[in-house]
Amino acid sequence: MATASATGSNGAAMRKAGDWARRAPLLPALIFVIAMTQLPFVATVVISFMNWNAYYPDERGFAGFDNYVSTFTDTNARSAVIVTIVLTTSVVLLSLLLGLGIALLLDRKFRGRSAVRTMMITPFLIVPVAAALLWKHALYNPEYGLFNGILTWIFGEGAPQPDWISDNPLLAIIVAIVWQWTPFMMLILLAGLQSRPLDVIEAARIDGASTWQIFTHMTLPHLRQYIELAGLLGAIYVVQNFDHVFTITSGGLGTANLPYYIYQTFYTAQDYGRASAAGVVVVIGTIIIATAALRTAFSLFKEESR
Amino acid sequence: MSTTTRPQAPGSSATPGDRLAGRTFTHQKPPRSHMLLTVLAWVVGLLFVLPVLWMVLTSFHSETDAATNPPSVFAPLSLEGYQTFFEANPWPPLLNSLTAAVLSTTLVLVLAFPAAYALSIRPVKAWTDVLFFFLSTKMLPVVAGILPLYLFAQKAHLLDNIWWLIVLYTSMNLPIAIWMLRSFLAEVPVEMLEAAQVDGAGLARTLKDVIAPVVMPGIASAALICFIFSWNELLLARVLTSTVAATAPVFLTGFVTSQGLFLAKVCAASLVVSLPVLVAGFAAQDKLVQGLSMGAVK
Repeated sequence: MATASATGSNGAAMRKAGDWARRAPLLPALIFVIAMTQLPFVATVVISFMNWNAYYPDERGFAGFDNYVSTFTDTNARSAVIVTIVLTTSVVLLSLLLGLGIALLLDRKFRGRSAVRTMMITPFLIVPVAAALLWKHALYNPEYGLFNGILTWIFGEGAPQPDWISDNPLLAIIVAIVWQWTPFMMLILLAGLQSRPLDVIEAARIDGASTWQIFTHMTLPHLRQYIELAGLLGAIYVVQNFDHVFTITSGGLGTANLPYYIYQTFYTAQDYGRASAAGVVVVIGTIIIATAALRTAFSLFKEESR
Repeated sequence: MSTTTRPQAPGSSATPGDRLAGRTFTHQKPPRSHMLLTVLAWVVGLLFVLPVLWMVLTSFHSETDAATNPPSVFAPLSLEGYQTFFEANPWPPLLNSLTAAVLSTTLVLVLAFPAAYALSIRPVKAWTDVLFFFLSTKMLPVVAGILPLYLFAQKAHLLDNIWWLIVLYTSMNLPIAIWMLRSFLAEVPVEMLEAAQVDGAGLARTLKDVIAPVVMPGIASAALICFIFSWNELLLARVLTSTVAATAPVFLTGFVTSQGLFLAKVCAASLVVSLPVLVAGFAAQDKLVQGLSMGAVK
């Protein structure tokens, strides 16, 4: 009532003032975020067209597309792209699957359920660097790591003692990250499971639907948007993973992903131009993937509301 | 269907006959498969927590007992690892991490609340676009802007300065907090806002009496998750700090020595550094889900 009469009787100037009153609380945050995320990116784009290596400050100048050409022809850069894709998709898929299974296990009443839930959350609450150190030294270490220790327990003296990280470096990193991210997926999916309309499911059960039928026809469709959400958020975080790659292999043995590659190019090699070009490529790649993901999420959202 | 007026028993999937048997032990499946699933749940939970338990045990062993094969589970307990850790003077980095996490979280909340208000209660015109802009900045990888942030800090003498980290952590977490607070503010009933307006309540009173009760859980979740993400951050801290402003994760990376045994002290150090996150996360498990899903799951 009050707002309707206000906009009806007063002039355009008044409405304009009202618009600004609405915008005012938003502006500090908006300006801050633009200044801290968009400006640096613009600077990155500018530097990506420059020939700029901090070791050779005198040779600074315009480089055209040279940095992009070398980014796309450099085998390390190409390998970093592939590693990033493999790492992100396998971690997200594995932790989603595991998380779903565990969420289903926890979505029942049983003795010690909250204790199991608490145990499940623990990996997520270990600082990522600390978790990576734990996996590298306390579990994977070929001489005194727990894994080979368990093998010795089981098979005695002649037990196989694999060098877990050297034999399968990327898999070692993937497993360590999956351990940390499964709880995240599990928590979101469990929340989804617990928001199911139980009376409808009970009705289906009384009507003779089997557990499997209920799962595929009722639970999964209901969970779909939670799976989307968990997958999207998980991908956003995992694609930027630096801590595990840095700690477990230092990017060696073909495990350098794009964040690590850029870190190395800029921090160790001091090649600012090339690092920036790689950064721009990452952003374009992320935009393509994120747009696709958001579009899927949005179309799902529209389906739901119809 | 509608003839049975029964109280809602959350989580129970019992058939009507079973329900008479009692509340806690109702289950629809035969007890045997139920038992199996329970055992499976326990096994999976233990497997996931095992590395952490191993870290705790190792941290309380002497360096020599920590590095044996097969593992010496029942070796005498020792505080050697913790002693070495605290002798390395971890307090400056721990204090830096605490400062960065607490101050950036405070800044995030101060900036996020008004913004979320302008995106929900009295929304600006293109509020959905603004909201998605904030989300899109989370998809901009940190590495894409790290070099200019470094060069600027170099020019402005902000390298190895904890304030520069605080500012960056604020921008890193602000979008999450805005999304979360907006989703809570959107739940404030319009009728209550209108009623407050009719009663002549000012902005301060409306905020305190109508909005605060609904949004407080959201603020708590946002604070928890921003604290955790700032505390955990490594890449920016490693690139932008060296000695004075180094945070706990940076300190940890420098704690592994190439010579001699170090497993016990690394485990002790990792545990101490993770302790604030463990405590906060366990204390507020439900807030964790809200925070991680940016308020989409309540």
